[in-house]
Amino acid sequence: MQPEIILKMEGICKSFPGVRALDNVDFVLRKGEIHALMGENGAGKSTLIKIITGVYQKDAGQIYLEGRPVNFRSPQDAQNMGIGTVFQEIALCPNLTVAENMFIGRSRDAFVNWKQMNQRAAEMLDSLGIPASPTQELASCSIAVQQMIAIARAVDMDCRILILDEPTSSLDEDETKKLFALMRELKARGVGIIFITHFIDQVYEISDTITVLRNGQLIGEYPTAELSQIELVSKMMGKALSDISAIKKHEPPQTDESVPVFAAKNLSSAAGVRPFDFAIRKGEVNGFAGLLGSGRSESVRAIFAADKVTGGEVRVNGQMVKIKSPLDAMKQGIGYLPEDRKVDGIIDELSVRDNIILALQVLKGFFKPLSRKQAEEFADQYIELLDIKTPSLDTPIKSLSGGNQQKVILARWLLTHPMYLILDEPTRGIDVGTKVEIQKLVLKLAAEGMSLTFISSEIDEMLRVCSRLIVMKDREIVGELSGADLTEQNVMQLIAQGGE
Amino acid sequence: MPRLKRRFNRMSHLFLPLSVLVVLLIINLVKGADYFKITLINGVLYGNIPNILFGASELVILSIGMTLVTAASRGQDISIGESGAISSAIFVQYVLRAGNVTVWTILAGFLISCLAGMVIGAFNGTLVSFFNVQPMVATLILFLGGRSIAFIIDGKVSPILANPISNQIGTVIPGVPIQTPIILTAVFIALVVVVLKTTNLRLYVESVGVNPSAARLNGINPKKVIFLTFLIMGVCSAVAGFIAVNKAGRHDSVNLLKFIMMDAILAVALGGNSLAGGKFSITGSIIGAYTIEVLNRTLLRLEVNPEAIKAFKAVFIIVLMIIASPVVSAYAGKLLDRIKGITTGYSPGQEVAVSAVDSSAKKEK
Repeated sequence: MQPEIILKMEGICKSFPGVRALDNVDFVLRKGEIHALMGENGAGKSTLIKIITGVYQKDAGQIYLEGRPVNFRSPQDAQNMGIGTVFQEIALCPNLTVAENMFIGRSRDAFVNWKQMNQRAAEMLDSLGIPASPTQELASCSIAVQQMIAIARAVDMDCRILILDEPTSSLDEDETKKLFALMRELKARGVGIIFITHFIDQVYEISDTITVLRNGQLIGEYPTAELSQIELVSKMMGKALSDISAIKKHEPPQTDESVPVFAAKNLSSAAGVRPFDFAIRKGEVNGFAGLLGSGRSESVRAIFAADKVTGGEVRVNGQMVKIKSPLDAMKQGIGYLPEDRKVDGIIDELSVRDNIILALQVLKGFFKPLSRKQAEEFADQYIELLDIKTPSLDTPIKSLSGGNQQKVILARWLLTHPMYLILDEPTRGIDVGTKVEIQKLVLKLAAEGMSLTFISSEIDEMLRVCSRLIVMKDREIVGELSGADLTEQNVMQLIAQGGE
Repeated sequence: MPRLKRRFNRMSHLFLPLSVLVVLLIINLVKGADYFKITLINGVLYGNIPNILFGASELVILSIGMTLVTAASRGQDISIGESGAISSAIFVQYVLRAGNVTVWTILAGFLISCLAGMVIGAFNGTLVSFFNVQPMVATLILFLGGRSIAFIIDGKVSPILANPISNQIGTVIPGVPIQTPIILTAVFIALVVVVLKTTNLRLYVESVGVNPSAARLNGINPKKVIFLTFLIMGVCSAVAGFIAVNKAGRHDSVNLLKFIMMDAILAVALGGNSLAGGKFSITGSIIGAYTIEVLNRTLLRLEVNPEAIKAFKAVFIIVLMIIASPVVSAYAGKLLDRIKGITTGYSPGQEVAVSAVDSSAKKEK
């Protein structure tokens, strides 16, 4: 028996100036279904979600909610009709209690019956299996629990459709499991869930149905069980299967006996990594592996002096140098793509052009601005080289998709022609296609003689790119792997046993 | 054509100040058609336009500095009038003690007052950038104490600056048809343009204002950049104080450039700049400053009771800020969409009417 259809969208079109974001897209959500919406950045996922939630108005097409045609004019409309949304960034108030967060702004009365509110909150939390107490301050809950509370809040608004936009991106494995348990509970209650994520494994773990979008067009809807992972990826990318499996394992360049390009001894920083030794040779790609919080980011930040360096000796091409600030590091030919693109990477209001030339411009100095023509030439050159999709050079970087923003930051560093480039999570939160492009680029740069450090949360990605992995645990290096020892098994083992 | 369009896009933030300026000018034209009339008296141009340019000189210069401080530090300097009063007090004392006043005396006095302005800027800048004090709180110190310091330097009430050169700087130089403050302002603006063209000031200030953390990781020292903008602000205050004191012919430490920071901040906002820092438009602030001067003079011309001018100004500004607010522009956009919908025969009649019945009960997104 076909389950009842809650939401049906037909022929949805939406255009923005210069872009056709959605072109005749159909979408169906059934009762008690977990439906993964997949696509690369810019495929139209967010636009579709924003139309469902009333943030955008569709240009054409029809939406039916339980068979009745509807038109959402505002997010309030959509909420009133039982559509709840939980975004990646939690939109709650950390300084209020759990119960307050669940009910605030939802009563018409000027006075609050605290006792009743806390009691209802407790019942809800209990029935959904959320490990939190109603009177606890929200900030004291883990991110995962906060996310669950956001869901509980959405669910209590009589929600029939729940939209989860990248809910797991800041959760660890355990927390993700708890979130999935909650999703299954809601599914059993007949809630239709739209799930958006970049983690393909999670899609296969929890979803029933997959809808794939590409360039604003519907590619198709498939039962999850009948679509293999590789087929899914190829549909998202619009490339033949053989193209994808062609990213072969990297052959490390022959390391010679020459002096390392960069070497550090007993390096430590104010961010609290244990003093460590590190060296990288010309044309080498190495990586710091370890769990979140193991100190891998702090280590590379110490190399770039992004945190205050508190001790250690640094040699560049054998010469003792002092690196006390990011500018010192840049002057030594080191580039650093930070882990958090939004906070440390992009200057969001500035144009793509300014964002590309920034590092080069700073290296040239305050009194030597590039001419506008020069800047535009450089920007154009790298936009072409990295295939950055932007309407113009003057477009503020914040209006590009995540993958394209990341490419702009890459362009920024490549433009300075560094001899050593540190990439901390360059592929986080970006689409599969760009991921592959970045991996290929890293290997190409190394082949041309650049040294690179590549960090990623996805171990297989690091195994593909790096010829040597430095394994970290609890802010300490616990081992190093290279050559034939470089397997996922060994990395796991080192992390599990290391430091004991 | 695309280039033209691009240029137009780049200028779009000037739409608000320019349209306000145009509206004010039209009001003035309606009041009297001879508004733009310029007459030559003793070889000098007089009229409404020269008066506006003359009157707004100090404000224009201060609004340039305020734009930079706002962009980098995400806050405002409220001590600019006091800073101008102190540096001009030093200028006056230098000139009064020099005995024989030549052009060189004035120039030396001016440079010394600029130096004093930089010292004040460095004081504010140190508090803001190195001690992370909020700009308004840091500059509150001099806002409160500055005029007393100026008075102490004066040594008495309103020392008179009576020498022919100062008089010429405050009014006209014989043989030149344009009043001197207008020329000085133009020279100052030209200097700022040259600085912006030959340095990375804009890129550094905007980067720091938008995202100090990312700016730092790209080799920019946000503390130094913020400090620099306060130094520049100090120079702007000194130049404005110099013009003001020469215009007045005496140093009134109580009233010189009094409350001018309010107009300077307003000029920055009117120019389409965010008071929360980031990208900035000096052109916008300059137009904003002139607009404020035109507004003041328009109210006078409309024979508004001088006591009531401030209230009128306040109402005008409230209306302006509401029109410029994102809320209104979003609403205007929606209204336009709806009009378009009606004209293309779009009928929402068949759909379930879902009006926001109790938006107050739901969480605002």
